[in-house]
Amino acid sequence: MTSTAFSQSGTRAKAPVLLHVDGLTVAFGGVTAVNGLSFDVHEGEVISVIGPNGAGKTSAFNCITGFYKPTAGRILFDDVDITGKRPALIAARGVARTFQNLRLFGELSVLDNVRAGMHVRIRQNAFDAILHTPRYRRSEQEATDEANRWLDFVGSRGNRAAEVRNLPYGEQRRVEIARALAREPKMLLLDEPAAGLNHGEKAALLDLLRRISDLGTAVVLIEHDMGLVMDVSERIVVLNYGKEIADGTPEQIRSDPAVIEAYLGSDDAEAQQEAERVAHSSDTGGFHDLPTPEEER
Amino acid sequence: MTDKRLDSSTPDEPSGFVRALDERGDATVGTVGQGLAPATTRRANPVSRLIGHPAFGWIVIALAVALPFINSSAYAIRISTDALIFIMLAVGLNVVVGYCGLLDLGYAAFFAIGAYTSGVLSTTFGWPIVLTVPFVIVAAVIGGLIIGGPTLRLRSDYLAIVTLGFGEIIRITANNLDFTGGPNGVYGIPDFGDFGDYRADIATYWIVVVVVGLAVLASSRLGRGRLGRAWRFVREDEDAAEAMGIHTYKVKFAAYVTGAIFGGLGGVLFAVHQTAISPPSFNFLFSALILMAVVLGGMGSTPGVVVGAVIISLLPELLRGAENWRYLIFGILLIVVMIFRPQGIWPHRTDEKPARGGRRRSRTDATEVSQ
Repeated sequence: MTSTAFSQSGTRAKAPVLLHVDGLTVAFGGVTAVNGLSFDVHEGEVISVIGPNGAGKTSAFNCITGFYKPTAGRILFDDVDITGKRPALIAARGVARTFQNLRLFGELSVLDNVRAGMHVRIRQNAFDAILHTPRYRRSEQEATDEANRWLDFVGSRGNRAAEVRNLPYGEQRRVEIARALAREPKMLLLDEPAAGLNHGEKAALLDLLRRISDLGTAVVLIEHDMGLVMDVSERIVVLNYGKEIADGTPEQIRSDPAVIEAYLGSDDAEAQQEAERVAHSSDTGGFHDLPTPEEER
Repeated sequence: MTDKRLDSSTPDEPSGFVRALDERGDATVGTVGQGLAPATTRRANPVSRLIGHPAFGWIVIALAVALPFINSSAYAIRISTDALIFIMLAVGLNVVVGYCGLLDLGYAAFFAIGAYTSGVLSTTFGWPIVLTVPFVIVAAVIGGLIIGGPTLRLRSDYLAIVTLGFGEIIRITANNLDFTGGPNGVYGIPDFGDFGDYRADIATYWIVVVVVGLAVLASSRLGRGRLGRAWRFVREDEDAAEAMGIHTYKVKFAAYVTGAIFGGLGGVLFAVHQTAISPPSFNFLFSALILMAVVLGGMGSTPGVVVGAVIISLLPELLRGAENWRYLIFGILLIVVMIFRPQGIWPHRTDEKPARGGRRRSRTDATEVSQ
């Protein structure tokens, strides 16, 4: 099933380029995790980065967000060179991310976790906090109200005053997205947001992704769940062995021989049919469990 | 269907809990989940109601102020002043260790910097103590910058080793320089001034009560504001904090320098109280005792750290009856407490309380938490 709501890539593609990745290369010792990757993300666009485990998706994410220093290549965000900049500076420019394995502040309250996203926008200094100035009270109240709004937005229903580590897994995923949204990013990078979610939760995630896109936020998604990817993406970038092997609309990606080969190998005709079948299936699951060329680093 | 079969073998398969959530609705299972959560919510027994009351802090301060009227013996005033200064150090170290999660094993170094700066300036140039305070703050900040600058880029274990070394360097330097008096130290440090009819030690005690009271309040409030939250984010997960735009190096630096200032000011109080200071007062054992007060009381919890500091400083005095055995008993008691209460005597509470009518206005940050 192809989403029509999100396939207006013709109009969206004309939006200005927000992220420009050019010849990105990351090598760890002898292993080249990302090899000459180039792609653009336009303002407000939803794109997915897919590929077998170990293809370099997360490494590319970590470069864009500053956690890895690229070996070569350039990354421009909003026309500013952010290559090799500190993660905090990149985040302050309007890039927010979630992590493949949840990285919440476990012992802090749900509200505090979301307030983390607002940190750079909260206007108060240490003396305001010590003296409890009106500015302190106002900024704390605003932060709390806004945190509650983002939690409502992602549909979090748990106890917001409780430690976040006591929430069920699906709820924690929502809180992590709320925290990233509270950064009010121009671009949101989600690293496997559907991992570990059940069908109902995946449907809720799909709905959430659409509402995030409606905010005008560009979304870059790493995801193994093909149903979700095909449904929500305006464009898909496919990686294998650190190289980009395809870049196009979901329809183009489905029928791309290089993509099918990457997932199943080219010699096996039966497997190729199977891949096409899986790619066309709207069911969740998709490529998730198919053989992988190498383990995720 | 093939996909189904494949699905059931995935490592990412939803847990029973998540499935239950899907089938029975979040509300029911979520409530059950809260029941299963570790007992972070405390039952309202009379003791917790008393210590949780907003006025409790004021009662403690009133008692501290009233102490000289209850027992004005030189001994009582001396050990109480010692305990208060120790509280000051413990809340300062709590900013570094408890809030920000940076293990500092050489905290006595800042205490020494404060005591020596104040002592040397007041005895050499005859300055009143109050005039030395700005210089103490500057010296403590410089000390914090010198040691924090290169080391805060390191992760915790390395930081612990470097701070341990720093603590010893400061003590040995003081032991070998001429202007610090070498092994004899500095003596004849003046009081805060003339307070007429009041005994000098009682006047000093009251000043210490006021300064330490303000320090405790400041550190507690700092911990709840924007910077305090950033410290906790760094403690919990440095990478995630960085991904939210928090410059973790600057934030750690702020914690370290704040701790240094608290330590330096504690040193001023110590210099005045003792009237003489010498290097052995600032040895590693002292740093370890301050750290012990923080851990014993409950890392990150201001009231807990105050309680921890009082216990660590007064327990050896209360055990004087046991004569030579007292430090053995002291040690055993600490071990017992940490076995039965590893989170500390009065641990930090994460739960934010919904604001109620009678509560202090400072708790407005907890409104609307339960919708």
